[in-house]
Amino acid sequence: MCGIVGIFSKSPGLSERLGEHLARMLVQMGDRGPDSAGAAIYRDPVAQGAAKLSLYSADDSVRWDEIEAAIGDALGVSRSRPVTARHRLVEVEADPEPAQAWVEEHLPGLRVMSAGRTIEMFKEAVTPARFVQEYGIAGMTGSHAIAHTRMATESRVTTQGSHPFSTGRDLCLVHNGSLSNHNRLRQELRREGIGFQTDNDTEVAAGYLTWRMREGATLEEALEGCLEDLDGFYTFAVGTADGFAVLRDPIACKPAVMAETDDYVAIASEYRALADLPGAADAEVWEPSPGVVYSWGAAVVGG
Amino acid sequence: MSAIESLHDTDLAQTSVRELNQALHAASAGRWQVANPGGRHAIAAGLTAPLEVEIDGHAGYYCAGMNQLATVRVHGNAGVGVAENMMSGRVEVDGDASQSAGATAHGGLLVVHGNASARCGISMKGVDIVVRGSVGHLSAFMAQTGRLVVCGDAGDSLGDSLYEARLYVRGSVASLGADCVEKDLREEHVTEIAALLTAAGIDDVDPATFRRYGSARRLYTFDVDDAGSFA
Repeated sequence: MCGIVGIFSKSPGLSERLGEHLARMLVQMGDRGPDSAGAAIYRDPVAQGAAKLSLYSADDSVRWDEIEAAIGDALGVSRSRPVTARHRLVEVEADPEPAQAWVEEHLPGLRVMSAGRTIEMFKEAVTPARFVQEYGIAGMTGSHAIAHTRMATESRVTTQGSHPFSTGRDLCLVHNGSLSNHNRLRQELRREGIGFQTDNDTEVAAGYLTWRMREGATLEEALEGCLEDLDGFYTFAVGTADGFAVLRDPIACKPAVMAETDDYVAIASEYRALADLPGAADAEVWEPSPGVVYSWGAAVVGG
Repeated sequence: MSAIESLHDTDLAQTSVRELNQALHAASAGRWQVANPGGRHAIAAGLTAPLEVEIDGHAGYYCAGMNQLATVRVHGNAGVGVAENMMSGRVEVDGDASQSAGATAHGGLLVVHGNASARCGISMKGVDIVVRGSVGHLSAFMAQTGRLVVCGDAGDSLGDSLYEARLYVRGSVASLGADCVEKDLREEHVTEIAALLTAAGIDDVDPATFRRYGSARRLYTFDVDDAGSFA
């Protein structure tokens, strides 16, 4: 199972209430997988040369003031916002990639959930209902967002194994399905220098996209590569700086429904999650075709 | 609960699907108008009486599953497995149907006025399915008996591992599945298509413009010498 939801705003009014819609959609999909939940929300882009880091500590008693001071000395911190005891959003005066690399090298107890100019990413091994409450998702504004509720099949129920997975600057991946060739592919990607933190199959798909785009592929090309190189079942949604992309495997065992109005484009694993969106009854509703890459917004690597 | 004409309004924003289905299972006759389906699952599943159920909006998974005798119409789209394992009666979808529409159904008529996606009529066992639009890949997979009429196109691997179901497609077929072959469209088949279209309420499609597909009967009477045919 697992549930995917995503919404891309086409109007200022909807952007104001993006989090409210996302939260309701995610909770509606909660019975497709209550093991963990996560969301990536795109909003408030920082300036060129700056970055937003979504940081996570597995340790509740982490000293964020000391961490901020250390990051501030090395990179310059322009803004910092506590999200929960374990999550913090830090804006730094450095590009996303070197900022992420610095944190990973010097603060190994932290995990950089995402790095980019617009992305904010949160996830936790709790039910979707508790997740949206603890992280205040309903109160968030934004241009677009994707979220995931997990029924674990391929690896343990941990925050690290929860979705979304970061796949590069302002990019993240959520997945409904399971991959059967992830062990072999992980070995191959490690040889290419891609790092992995879990034995999770979706992290391998995320690493695959990261590797393909590092080698010069566009997001669309990297997703098309999945059709050749990934063996298994998947509906993927990829959050990008400007929108999102959707791909279903050619067999299409895993569901996906899209709805579009003048105000939004939305995706969900089931129509139930779309039914309460404004104007849903009159929206154009369709299922994305198997093996076809769809994208909304300028689905490009941010920057 | 005697009046044949009894009319019931159910709002699924107020009433649970379970309450609706229990009322439908307890009735022997009557008409139901169901509002705000909201993509909920199993709406009007398991009916066994000649009821009439109208669903105003999009239904979720397994709508009208296992139907016997009842007439269920979805004024919207239907999710996965609409009319799955239907035994008799009529299920009609005004919009699109998701995957596995009419799966394993033994009888009755399923009409989809939009498109049906993958695996339409998978393992069908006697149902008649008429799709006004197109069907997705692996439709009529392992279909045993019954008729599938597609006014639009069919996706890849139509009729893979087919038994004795008869498939009629008016548009293009992306590819045929293992052991599915095109066969001559004879007069009796045109008559059969015409009757199915009429039953589905479709009167602007010429029954003579379809092509017929069926089983080559080499797979279920498998001979090891034919193994190369099923790569």
